[in-house]
Amino acid sequence: MSSETKQILTTDGIPLEVSLKKAEKKNKIKAFLLVAPLLLFLVITYIFPIGDMFMRSVDDRMVTNMLPKTFKAMEKWENLEELPPEEVYRGFYEDYKVLVENQEHGKLGQRLNKEKNGFNTITKRLFRQIKRNKIDESISIKEQINKIHKRWRNVEFWLAIKRTAPPYTMAKYLKGMDMYVASDGSIAQVDEDRRIHRILWLRTLEIAFFVTLFSFFMGYPIAHLLATLPMKYSNLLMICVLLPFWTSLLVRTASWMILLQQQGVVNDFFVMIGLVGDDNRPEMMYNKVGTYVAMTQILLPFMVLPLYSVMKTISPSLMRAGKSLGGTPFVAFWKVYFPLTIPGIGAGCLLVFILAIGYYITPALVGGASGTLISNQIAFHMKTTLDWSFASAMGLMLLTGVLVIYWIYNKLVGVDNIKLG
Amino acid sequence: MSKNPEFVKFDKVDKSYDGKVLVVKDLQLDIAEGEFITMLGPSGSGKTTCLMMLAGFETPTHGEILLDGNIISNIPPHKRGIGMVFQNYALFPHMTVYENLAFPLRVRKVEKDEIDKKVDKALSMVSLSGFETRMPAQLSGGQQQRVAVARALVFDPAVVLMDEPLGALDKNLRESMQYEIKHIHESIGVTVVYVTHDQSEALTMSNRIAVFNDGKVQQLSNPAELYEKPVNSFVAEFIGENNTFHGEVVDIDKDKCKVKLANSEILANPISVKSKGEKTTVSLRPERALINPTDKMDNMFTGKIEEVIYHGDHTRVRLNLLGSSEFILKVPNSTSNLELKVSQDINIGWNSVDARALDPK
Repeated sequence: MSSETKQILTTDGIPLEVSLKKAEKKNKIKAFLLVAPLLLFLVITYIFPIGDMFMRSVDDRMVTNMLPKTFKAMEKWENLEELPPEEVYRGFYEDYKVLVENQEHGKLGQRLNKEKNGFNTITKRLFRQIKRNKIDESISIKEQINKIHKRWRNVEFWLAIKRTAPPYTMAKYLKGMDMYVASDGSIAQVDEDRRIHRILWLRTLEIAFFVTLFSFFMGYPIAHLLATLPMKYSNLLMICVLLPFWTSLLVRTASWMILLQQQGVVNDFFVMIGLVGDDNRPEMMYNKVGTYVAMTQILLPFMVLPLYSVMKTISPSLMRAGKSLGGTPFVAFWKVYFPLTIPGIGAGCLLVFILAIGYYITPALVGGASGTLISNQIAFHMKTTLDWSFASAMGLMLLTGVLVIYWIYNKLVGVDNIKLG
Repeated sequence: MSKNPEFVKFDKVDKSYDGKVLVVKDLQLDIAEGEFITMLGPSGSGKTTCLMMLAGFETPTHGEILLDGNIISNIPPHKRGIGMVFQNYALFPHMTVYENLAFPLRVRKVEKDEIDKKVDKALSMVSLSGFETRMPAQLSGGQQQRVAVARALVFDPAVVLMDEPLGALDKNLRESMQYEIKHIHESIGVTVVYVTHDQSEALTMSNRIAVFNDGKVQQLSNPAELYEKPVNSFVAEFIGENNTFHGEVVDIDKDKCKVKLANSEILANPISVKSKGEKTTVSLRPERALINPTDKMDNMFTGKIEEVIYHGDHTRVRLNLLGSSEFILKVPNSTSNLELKVSQDINIGWNSVDARALDPK
């Protein structure tokens, strides 16, 4: 009784909720159709490629597909200290025979050689034996293979084959962090003089951090000026801020090269006013100074615009209130104005940091030897070594890094507080 | 303790923003200690500029402002110790009500216990006890306004400035807030300088009202005098309703003058006319003209009713009288059941004392 009375009916006797859903259904479909093209676009150009990248970065199915019988038999190999049982040898022999028929045995040799040095030789020997039909399938295959080369009698080599069994591998990710899977299966670090990627990661973070910091300290006063100046001046200033947007990235970077090089405009000026001697011109390019200057200038609008949009909404009477209540201009700024701009600071810093982390043309052109960042490395592997799976792995690591930063930011400031404009 | 009649003094203050137009012209104004003074005027009349100069956000172009005998023109706003209530409240949106009220005390390095006590007292004064932990966005407009008032008073300033503080509230809330602010002023005796363009607000709350127009104080007097005895036609027009006749003085003696209109003559009280032949505007409050007067009145005319509008407590009657169809009468509804009908002829009378012959407009 009571539950019936709670349900509200329309005048036709249909429950109100049903009626409401029916009425809103059309609107919902319309709304969905409006966003559908964008959704499709995002799926095709964003989600699908990222998924593909991920698959590439972990894909290791080659050996798995080449040696199906071997791996099936290996499930029964229990005592890993001893050589595998006869079934594994037989399975490997049969798989290998198929590869020889398809002329794919060379690939396997190379792949296994990467896993453990010395495989190439012994698989070639096995290939010759098979070609000459020297192997008698009616007796123990294990004994015959073991006779071909002493390495076949070494359990380490069989363990190496077993390690390639899983269709997926984390090896590319480990490589991106200068680590690898050692022969005993543990994760080890590469030699100290070959740890290139870790330096690049740190350098990328460092440059992104400082560029964000410089952009913030330069962008905050500009944004404040923009938000408080009368319209006719602020429009002009806004154009100055946006000007870099309208210039090609390469043109901007090239202009910085002209300005900053040792015989460049800035150095000439310093010499002219006697700040430095003509024979003692400071290097402002092909080092971090150049990278910082050029990247800060290029990314500055991304800091200024969110800050400006937030500052524009802060009523000037708040600062006045702060002052009239007895706060010095600094206190009024620090306790009243600054906290209200935090959403803009968050948005600007996040934007600049994330963009800076993925930058590579500018640092590569003006940064010199120190200008190689992680994105250069990704591009290098995409274009030069064609190791797409490694490039994908590093790309995904970069993406994960960005997501982690976003997550930390959300914990500290709260994403709801971001205001982009 | 005797009250200082010149607690706040504007001494020959001029203000110009662009070097071409004077927004405030030669302002001379004394405000007594504990007084509630209202600056009233249309927008652009310079009243807010005066307030901003007093608060320290604008500097006078010429002249001095004195607070308790000290020149304050060179003292920055935060050292003036003047409380201010802003038009849009200007509550700090990222602070709770408590933090908003504690702000002026914290910057003055008041001890924590003392802050708690004062905030408590200020909140109970505006009947908002228990709202300490709310954020301003969680309060209604009226509550925000009261927090703003409490915040301007919590540090015991000598003067509180209010810049159209009730402008954003609806009519009923505005009226109750007017009384509340008036009562707060009476109970703590602080000097209040209040800016508004709403004349009823000014009449309700103030001890004295300064009517601003064109950068000048047109009249400075208490509400009753301002309404009953406007000294010029701007004040007469701006405060309350007003019937006007434009004419020329044809005869004048000490307390009466005869004014010739287009096709008749009326008797009026000479306020700013001195001699025969002067142009004048005669101002008469609608409630001073009576229908079928029983007393002998020295102005008696017959007019034709053009329009009757029912207003609840009174009825407004628009008449065609003495060649003008804009003559307004206010007839109280309670006293009699006068049957007023459109196009009916009625007799109207008023005393010449109430018809003030002012400057021509």
